[in-house]
Amino acid sequence: MQYIPNIIFLLLLVAAIGLFARNIRRMVRNVKLGKEEDLSDNKPQRWGNMARIALGQSKMVVRPIAGLMHILVYLGFIIINIEILEIVIDGILGTHRIFAPMGVVYDLLIGLFEILALLVIVAVVVFWIRRNILRLGRFIKPEMKGWPKKDADLILYIEIVLMFLFLTMNGADFQLQKMEVMPYVQAGWFPVSQLFSVMFTDLSAGTLILIERGAWWLHIIGVLSFLNYLYYSKHLHIILAFPNTFYGSLKPKGEFDNLESVTREVKLMMDPTADPYAAPAEGAIPEKFGASDVMDLKWIQLLNAYTCTECGRCTSECPANQTGKLLSPRKIMMDTRDRLEEVGRNITKNKGTFQDDGKQLLDHYIKREELWACTSCNACTEACPISIDPLSIIMDMRRYLVMEQSAAPQELNVMMTNIENNGAPWPFNQMDRANWADEM
Amino acid sequence: MNGENKVSTMASMFAEGKEPEVLFWVGCAGSFDERAKKITKAFVKILQKAGTSFAVLGSEESCTGDPAKRAGNEFLFQMQAVTNIAVLNGYGIKKIVTTCPHCFNTLKNEYPGLGGDYEVMHHTSFLNDLLNSGKLKIEGGSFSGKKITFHDPCYLGRANGIFEAPRELIRKLDAELVEMKSCKKRGLCCGAGGAQMFKEPEKGDKDVNIERTEQALETNAGIIAAACPFCNTMMTDGIKNKEKEATVKVYDLAELITDAADL
Repeated sequence: MQYIPNIIFLLLLVAAIGLFARNIRRMVRNVKLGKEEDLSDNKPQRWGNMARIALGQSKMVVRPIAGLMHILVYLGFIIINIEILEIVIDGILGTHRIFAPMGVVYDLLIGLFEILALLVIVAVVVFWIRRNILRLGRFIKPEMKGWPKKDADLILYIEIVLMFLFLTMNGADFQLQKMEVMPYVQAGWFPVSQLFSVMFTDLSAGTLILIERGAWWLHIIGVLSFLNYLYYSKHLHIILAFPNTFYGSLKPKGEFDNLESVTREVKLMMDPTADPYAAPAEGAIPEKFGASDVMDLKWIQLLNAYTCTECGRCTSECPANQTGKLLSPRKIMMDTRDRLEEVGRNITKNKGTFQDDGKQLLDHYIKREELWACTSCNACTEACPISIDPLSIIMDMRRYLVMEQSAAPQELNVMMTNIENNGAPWPFNQMDRANWADEM
Repeated sequence: MNGENKVSTMASMFAEGKEPEVLFWVGCAGSFDERAKKITKAFVKILQKAGTSFAVLGSEESCTGDPAKRAGNEFLFQMQAVTNIAVLNGYGIKKIVTTCPHCFNTLKNEYPGLGGDYEVMHHTSFLNDLLNSGKLKIEGGSFSGKKITFHDPCYLGRANGIFEAPRELIRKLDAELVEMKSCKKRGLCCGAGGAQMFKEPEKGDKDVNIERTEQALETNAGIIAAACPFCNTMMTDGIKNKEKEATVKVYDLAELITDAADL
C-alpha cells in the first residue's frame, strides 16, 4: 500500500512523457513534409547564433519593457526546472526533498527559486495587463481573435497558478518544518513563501500536510499538463526557439535564394548544343515552381511556423500593416502552421498518406492581396526575436502565382514585359541607356 | 559629350586595351528616370574629379532582374542575371560600384551563385573611401548648421548591414544629422521595394511613403538624404503630397557631396 503514490506518480510521468513524445514525433513528421535543404553548414556560427539569440535573448531587449519582463519569465522557467528534477525524483522514490543534504547550497537554490517565482508572477501580471487592459496594438490585430487570444491568456493563467502552487507548497513545508513534523526536515530558505505562510499558522499538522501534498501534486500535474499543452499552443517556442535560431539564415537579409530548378531550365535555354525536343528523363516529374501549399515550402519554413509565438513584433514593424494593408507577417506564419496541422491530421487519419482535401495554403488561408502588399523590406525578419522568416514564404508564394499561374497584377506584367524586351522595367530603348552622358 | 569629360564605355576601353579600376553600374533608374539621372551625373562628376578610372556598360547594361525576382519571376531574373554575367565576365570585371541599393544587393548577393563574382560597392561606401584616402576633398561649411535626416534604404541597411557609410558622409558635410523615429535596423521602408515601385499599392489607410515622409518631417530637417533612386522618388512624392517642396528637399548623398565639393 505504501508504494501506491510512487506508482501513481510513475504512471503519470510515463503517460505525460509518452504523450509529449508522440506529439513531438507528429510535429517532426509534419516539418519533414517540407522540401529538404541542408542547413548543417557553418556549425560554429550557428551555435553562436543560438547562444546569442535564443539563450542570450539578444533580440528581445530591442523592446526594453517586454524584453526585460520576458527575461524574468525565461530565467524563471529555466532555473525553476532544477526544482522539477527534485520533485520527479521525490515522486518516484517516495522521498521528501532529496537534495536537502546539499545544505547551504540547497537553501540558496530554494531561495533563488522563490524569488524567481515571485518575479515570474510580477512579469506575467504585466503581460496580462499589456494584453487585456492596455490592449497594445499588436495583441489585438484581426488574426488574434478567437483561439490565439485565448491561448495567450491561458498560458499566463497556467504560469500564475503553477507559481502559486509552488509557493503554497513551500509555505506549508516551512510551517511543518517549524513544527518539526517528519519527514519535513529543516531544509531550504523560503524568503517569499514564508511571508504568506502566516495564513497557515493556526492550522494543524494534518491540514498542513494536506495542503503541502495537495499543492505538490497539483503543481507537478500542472507542469506535466502544460508540457502536453505546448504542441497545441503558440507556447511551443520555449523549445523550438533553440533549433529555429540554430537553423536560421546566415546569409545577408537581402539575398534571396536562386531557384535551382529555374537555373537548370535557364542553362538549357542558353545552351546552343541542347536538344530542345529531347524527351524528359524517364519518370521525371516537372518540378513545381514556388509554393501554393505547405508541402512546397522548405522544412525550415515549416519549423518557423511551429516556432512562432505570435508576439506580433513582425506585424507591428511591417510597413504594409502599419499603413492599413491586409498583410500581416504574423498571420502568414499562423496560417502556415494551421494549414500544416490540417495536412498532418489528414495524414494521421488516412494512415500515413495525404488525401487531397481540395484546399491549399494559397487562397484558403493566405489571400493574394496579402502577398502583393509586401515591399520585401525585411522589417519582419529583423523584428523577429527568434529568426523566423515570413518574407521567404511570401516570395515563394509569389513565385507560384507568377511562374505557375501567370497571375501577377497587370502592372507587374507590364514591368516584366519591359524587362524582357528592353532590359529595363520601363518602356525605354536599351540603346538609349547612356544618353545621360551626352547631357553632362 | 565633350572630349575632356567623356564617359567611357567598357566596349571602347576594351577596344583600346585599357582596363578601368571600377565599373560604374548605372542601373535602370539612373539611366532613364529624369530625377535619378541627376544622381548618376553627380556621381560621375565626383569620379572624374577624384581621377577614378571608370567605365560604364552603356547599351550593354541591362536590368539586374531585381524587380522581376521580387515580383516572383525567378525565370526572368535568372535570364537577366546570366546575360549580364556573360557581359561582365567577358570584360573580366572585378570591381563594380553602383548608386542603386537594389542593383548593389542583387549583384553582390545573388549573382555569385550564378557565376558572377565581383567586389560590389554601394556609392556611399565608395565616396567615403574617396574622401578618406584624400582623393576627393570637400569644403565643410556649406551645410554647417543645417539639419539633414537620412532615410535608410532597406536594401542597403537591413539587407546588407550598411548603416554607417551614408551617415559618415553627412557628418563629413559638417551638417547636423538628425535621426527619424524609425532608423537603421528599424528603418521604415519608403514603399517602393519588392516591385511595389511598378504597381499601385494594395488598399489601406495610407501610402507607405506618406508614413515615412511624416517621420522625416517630424525631424524638422530641411534636407532628406537618400541613397537610392527609388527611395528618392518616393520621398519626393511624399514631400509634394505634404506641400513642403519649398522648405524640404530630397537629395541623394552623391548630390550633396558634389555641392560641397563645388562641382
